[in-house]
Amino acid sequence: MTNYLEFEKPLAEIEGKAEELRALARANKEMDVEGEAAGLDAKASALLKELYKDLTPWRKCQVARHPDRPHCKDYIEALFTEYTPLAGDRNFADDHAVMGGLARLGDVPVVVMGQEKGNDTKSRIERNFGMARPEGYRKVIRLMDLADRFGLPIVMLVDTPGAYPGKGAEERGQSEAIARSTERSLNVKSPVISVIIGEGGSGGAVALATANTVMMLEHSIYSVISPEGCASILWKDSDKMREAAEALRLTAQDLKQLGVIDQIIPEPMGGAQRGRSESINAVGKAIEAELKALKKRQKGDALLKERREKFLKMGAKGLAA
Amino acid sequence: MNWISNYVRPRINSLFSRREVPENLWTKCSECGTMLFHREFTENLNVCTSCDHHMGITPRERFHALFDGNVFTEVDVPAPLDDPLHFKDQKRYPDRIKAARKDTGEREAMLVAEGKIGRTPIVAAAQDFSFMAGSMGMYVGNAIIAAAERAVAAKRPLVLFSAAGGARMQEGILSLMQMPRTTVAVQMLKEAGLPYIVVLTHPTTGGVTASYAMLGDVHIAEPNALICFAGPRVIEQTIREKLPDGFQRAEYLLDHGMLDRVTHRKDMKDELVTILRMLTGKGPAVMGDLPKPEDVVETKEKPEDAPAKPKDEAPKT
Repeated sequence: MTNYLEFEKPLAEIEGKAEELRALARANKEMDVEGEAAGLDAKASALLKELYKDLTPWRKCQVARHPDRPHCKDYIEALFTEYTPLAGDRNFADDHAVMGGLARLGDVPVVVMGQEKGNDTKSRIERNFGMARPEGYRKVIRLMDLADRFGLPIVMLVDTPGAYPGKGAEERGQSEAIARSTERSLNVKSPVISVIIGEGGSGGAVALATANTVMMLEHSIYSVISPEGCASILWKDSDKMREAAEALRLTAQDLKQLGVIDQIIPEPMGGAQRGRSESINAVGKAIEAELKALKKRQKGDALLKERREKFLKMGAKGLAA
Repeated sequence: MNWISNYVRPRINSLFSRREVPENLWTKCSECGTMLFHREFTENLNVCTSCDHHMGITPRERFHALFDGNVFTEVDVPAPLDDPLHFKDQKRYPDRIKAARKDTGEREAMLVAEGKIGRTPIVAAAQDFSFMAGSMGMYVGNAIIAAAERAVAAKRPLVLFSAAGGARMQEGILSLMQMPRTTVAVQMLKEAGLPYIVVLTHPTTGGVTASYAMLGDVHIAEPNALICFAGPRVIEQTIREKLPDGFQRAEYLLDHGMLDRVTHRKDMKDELVTILRMLTGKGPAVMGDLPKPEDVVETKEKPEDAPAKPKDEAPKT
């Protein structure tokens, strides 16, 4: 059962009809519907192309948040072997919104981590919808310590609406935890690669996106604030999220032009949710290639310096008028 | 034209408008409502003489009170790109900036200066909440980097007064990138072995708290300052319950281990001097309002090792 987004409704109708026809034919062997159904299929695929040819920023937000999109856990399970989760911040708790541990990418041992949103009610609640608390960011710091100590590359997968805005999270130092994790990622000698696979939500994302190479899936987003939040502050009307999404320039294409990210990983037609394994493999290939490139430049603290320089220089390029 | 209208004119305006402020103006305390005699109020560093409520203070006023003999030298901040995203909400971003410059007479939301406090040379940076809520954009990032570079070049500690609603939305992702950028600036200080003290003032929230404001060697806050990552309204909407009194205020954070001290504005200078002199291995300080340092000519002149003025200093048209 496909989950259709609001703007995909016309597509849902056509695909639904084709499906109905085929169901009828299955029940009634004499009926020949294949010609008609194939016509509908062609129509659907043309419409899909049309819809995804030039997604507006707000539609990209919807695609980036699509529940069927592969999540962190899917990537880790498919791309890595010997994944050994490591838990806890050695201070207060283990935050299930952030998963991570040791794993192999090909033969190479790495530390992999990321925010996991969950895929049904139970796992979403357990993962707190991918919104980390301070414990999550402190776990990130711990895993980076480990990687740094043993010279392991760090791979981070970003997918979060933002850091969790809760009472306990504030009391236990959400800001401090985020600040320290960003600081730690700027102190690691290992290669650091980050892929934004869905939502890169503000300060909660930046802590896992301070990397030598930051890549983004074609329809993922990365922003200082959610379009809804921005609309309610600047437009005083949260229904203006389309305008806000437009103004914030949160698409992979704009961010590449601004020099904030290094690479865009293409998604299959209709988004990662329609071609999950294709997307996962594309991400895997991109990470492997980058890891090789970074390893060549890894001498002493060369990658650390490179990473700092890269962020210091950021903002020199604006968007074309 | 741009430079004149954006920078020179507001400065001139501010010089004149300040002189026009009548001596007998009254200021109302935003907390207890007491009418305060303006001169007494400013002499008390914008703290209510009746209830001790700490109201906003501009970086210029703060530095005037902070530095010995009221003397400080501004540190140049490289100008960033104007409006890199061509951002427009209900107003164009350049118009908002223009209005803020006109209102405050300042160029942007952070002022960087150097001078001496209690005969201790420091670099100081202060965020200006009256300039677009002190929001952290490219300029604020550049200011913190310039402050750190100056501190490292002159081997001076950095004292940073934070005050901000968060990141500047009109610069989109580039404002978010100031979190790692300013973190690199803090790392420069740490690696040079220089103290970095953060004074958190009302309010310090969002991405600012989650980067340079929480990475100090020592964290001091002004009384009752709101300090948080997510604002109280957002949290109440998320968890649907009322928050306790004093939640996310300086004293609450002190109790929860996020701050070292909560200090009254009038005691701040002495406390900074005491801490900095111990951290830098200097003898006990001479306290109080000191006259202009004798070697003030030296500090007013640009030292030789000052960072060269970047070429992109002239704002783009």
